[in-house]
Amino acid sequence: MTTVSPPTGTAVTRGRAQAPGPPRRARRRRVREAALGYLLVLPALGVFGIFVFYPFAANFRLALYRTPPYPGLPSHYVGLQQVGQVLSSSSFLQSLGSTALFVVMVVPTGLILGLLLAVAAYRRLRAMAVYRIIFSSTVVTSVAVSALIFGTLMDPVVGLLPWLGLNPSPPILENTTWALPAIAVMAVWQFLGLSFILMSAGLSAIPDDVLEAARVDGATDRTVFWRITVPLLSPTIFFGVVVATIYAFQTFGQVDILIGPTNAAFEHVNLLVYNILNTIEVNKTSGQAAVLSIVLFVLTLGVTLLQLRFLERRVHYGN
Amino acid sequence: MAQVVFREATKTFDGVTALDHLDLEARDGELLVLLGPSGCGKTTALRLVAGLEEPDSGEVLIGEQVVNDVEPKDRDVAMVFQSYALYPHLSVRRNVEFPLRQRGVDPAERRRRVAEVTESLGLGDYLDRKPRQLSGGQRQRVALARAIVRSPRAFLMDEPLSNLDAALRLQTRADIVALQQRLGTTTLYVTHDQVEAMTMGHRIAVMDRGALQQVDGPQAIYDHPANAFVARFVGNPGMNLLPLLAVHEGPPAAYGDVPGGTVPLGAPFVTDPALARAAAVVQGASSPSLLAGIRPEHLRLGEDGTIDATVLIVEVLGAEVHVLCTLLDGTSKIVVRQEAAARRPGAGEGVRLVASPGTVHVFTGVSGARVGGSS
Amino acid sequence: MPSHRRRHPHFRRRSRHVVRYVLLTLGALVVLAPIYLTVVNSLLPVSALAQRPPPLVPTSPQWGDYATAWSQGDLGVYLRNSAIQTGVIVAGQLTTSILAAYAFAFLRFPLRRVLFVVFLATLMIPFEVTLVTNTTTISDFGWYNTFQGLTVPFLATGFGTFLVRQAFLQIPRDLREAATLDGYGHLRFLLRVAVPLARPALGALGVFSFLAAWNQYLWPLVVTGNGNGVRTVQIGLKLLQGTQVSHLNVALAGTVIAVVPLLVLLVGFQKHLVRSLTGGAVK
Repeated sequence: MTTVSPPTGTAVTRGRAQAPGPPRRARRRRVREAALGYLLVLPALGVFGIFVFYPFAANFRLALYRTPPYPGLPSHYVGLQQVGQVLSSSSFLQSLGSTALFVVMVVPTGLILGLLLAVAAYRRLRAMAVYRIIFSSTVVTSVAVSALIFGTLMDPVVGLLPWLGLNPSPPILENTTWALPAIAVMAVWQFLGLSFILMSAGLSAIPDDVLEAARVDGATDRTVFWRITVPLLSPTIFFGVVVATIYAFQTFGQVDILIGPTNAAFEHVNLLVYNILNTIEVNKTSGQAAVLSIVLFVLTLGVTLLQLRFLERRVHYGN
Repeated sequence: MAQVVFREATKTFDGVTALDHLDLEARDGELLVLLGPSGCGKTTALRLVAGLEEPDSGEVLIGEQVVNDVEPKDRDVAMVFQSYALYPHLSVRRNVEFPLRQRGVDPAERRRRVAEVTESLGLGDYLDRKPRQLSGGQRQRVALARAIVRSPRAFLMDEPLSNLDAALRLQTRADIVALQQRLGTTTLYVTHDQVEAMTMGHRIAVMDRGALQQVDGPQAIYDHPANAFVARFVGNPGMNLLPLLAVHEGPPAAYGDVPGGTVPLGAPFVTDPALARAAAVVQGASSPSLLAGIRPEHLRLGEDGTIDATVLIVEVLGAEVHVLCTLLDGTSKIVVRQEAAARRPGAGEGVRLVASPGTVHVFTGVSGARVGGSS
Repeated sequence: MPSHRRRHPHFRRRSRHVVRYVLLTLGALVVLAPIYLTVVNSLLPVSALAQRPPPLVPTSPQWGDYATAWSQGDLGVYLRNSAIQTGVIVAGQLTTSILAAYAFAFLRFPLRRVLFVVFLATLMIPFEVTLVTNTTTISDFGWYNTFQGLTVPFLATGFGTFLVRQAFLQIPRDLREAATLDGYGHLRFLLRVAVPLARPALGALGVFSFLAAWNQYLWPLVVTGNGNGVRTVQIGLKLLQGTQVSHLNVALAGTVIAVVPLLVLLVGFQKHLVRSLTGGAVK
């Protein structure tokens, strides 16, 4: 420790002597580059700060305050009491239950139909481009459009259901049993385009020669599908589950347009997001809405984290 | 074991003919190489045998059986893909086992055969690895193992070496030849690499633009190319092809005019009537309609030369030297291959070239078909 | 060995293809039927709507419904509003994404990684979660029933920034260095090299933003809840739905009008759309 070996010493000296360029100019350039960097990031960061992070964080404060339903009165601190109240309220539990049921109805159906169409449209055949456009087409429809289209088809007077022999009473969209499945049908139809696009992209990422090798190796079409295609598609399928689940969590428009709070079946179709908006606009209790928002966030986060965990473990296919 | 036969097999894709009335037979136990540039139809031919494509017309036979209507899984052939096409989600063991499982071989027998095959290919230590954990050479051997494990009637190999580095390619080339010899299984081997074709094939089928050009043993293909395409494609560098401006009878043998000189054509008209006919053809034509073909090793530089040329580039390869020259017409190029020890001319130098007697081939300029000349 | 049956060599392939086409066509019918029936209904006279079996072809198309939807339903105004709202959002997202992505891809500054993670974190927060306070914010800003209120919250996107940054990172370092030697500053490099090279990604982002903005429902509903001024076409459809059966075909005409721009988008920009929608999923 007391002696420094000569070669090291020399090296250090030499290093100092060769310090590159005039340091002041380099530093100024670095500062200028950093300033430009912040400047370019700033517009987006501003929007995020005001409209994403601030309102997100505010939920956690609002959740602790009770807002009186009349404007102008001060809200007061009630702590976690309100959280517990909301989470145990029957309206919340029913909303959560409907949302969960809705997810179960929409996600598997939407993905399986999308996969079937993608597999059918996968081969290079004539006119396939037309089919692909048709199958992707519902991706461009909006919730309002799907609500209007299906609202008409399911109308008890001018709709097709009575003619097809399906005429529940009360009418399907006011029926406590059938309203939610009816909304699910619209959601699946609207989601089908995205599902098809995702599955097709996943399929096209599977190398042709692996599928051909399986055929030459003696596998039947069914074996190729289950033993080769599905395992290799599993990352896509899992991603699809996440996308579909989040899509189902966020369903709102069809309920708003076709059901509404005066509907007899409303309590069975009061999906989470609709519940949030209703709590804000009708009940005017932002504290309760904040609690519901946090629940929605936790659910979404849970699904996303599940995906990340899966991706970590997932085998990286491809040679 | 079985022979593989193409009868007038034709295949078009979107109006482009990939395979044009192919008539070809791989004999029982033979290693037949399909050689040609990319897009020549060789891979299409292979895929017809595998059943991955169906011929538009004509037939494919494996053994005595026409297999046009047989599903790939029922053809009992094994294929090694250029990319190996290993199942990425299955271990080496499961990859090799896959064809046996599909055929319902019982587990004990399966285990025995997988062990035997993987052991013989030096894969015994990697059975539980996934393909992505293997090197390129190991993946290649897994692909081979998967092919041979079920003792198929024929092997189909589609450029199996093209993804390996040069050293490994040489080693694996020898391994495949030895393996094929040991198993005696009919093998169709597709490659664009003429060295691979020459060293591996019992016979070589040269293809171009969907059509078979020539099929024969490696030496025969090299010595007697059936047409100008084969002459150019086989050999490295390929055969020199020079416009043959006129053909003369002259003692002791016929000779031809090329830009900047003459080349001996080996035989007099009397012994090679085809030459005489060619001479007549070339006389009537307004533009050169014949080609003289000379392999680079059959040329040398010398004062006694009969062709005047200008040296363009001298390429030193160590054991030998390639001298690239232009002829007097300014457009025709000619390569001379000489020993490293021979005198090396400088670039720009004027030289005279000698073509050894009896080594010049004659092709028609239009179809490229062989007319006569060196035999 | 399977018994060898001689058949026409094309038979197997043909029959297999026929089955496939039948399946495909069935699928296409199921997917398209709702849209098709809507188009037909929108062209029927009101009296024919309840006819059974439902008419599959409008024998005497009532184009008047479209005119009615356009004028009486204020659809023209709504479409204009949607066009402005969508245009501003697409332009804004492209601009902020390009700028931020450039900083993340090409510039060095302290906290760059942290800030990038912050951008990505926005992807974890669904817009619905921020609704409570955003309604207050908009009201505090006095932005109800204004285009600012409709658009400003969406002028930046973490997904878009990520997409463009990935594209920028594909640009070889050599090119950046060559441009520097040629005397290109950051601005010129961005406009002349980076943006042109990232055009596929920008196209994908543009189409994606367009689709998302045009189809927005929740936020426009909140912002334009009590005023006609900047109401978008999606909210207009909700109002049309509320009208009586006697105006149903007008509502359906409105639906068709609202979808047409997007079908054009789909047919014209399918590649871009697919690229953006699968951007995170595959490769």
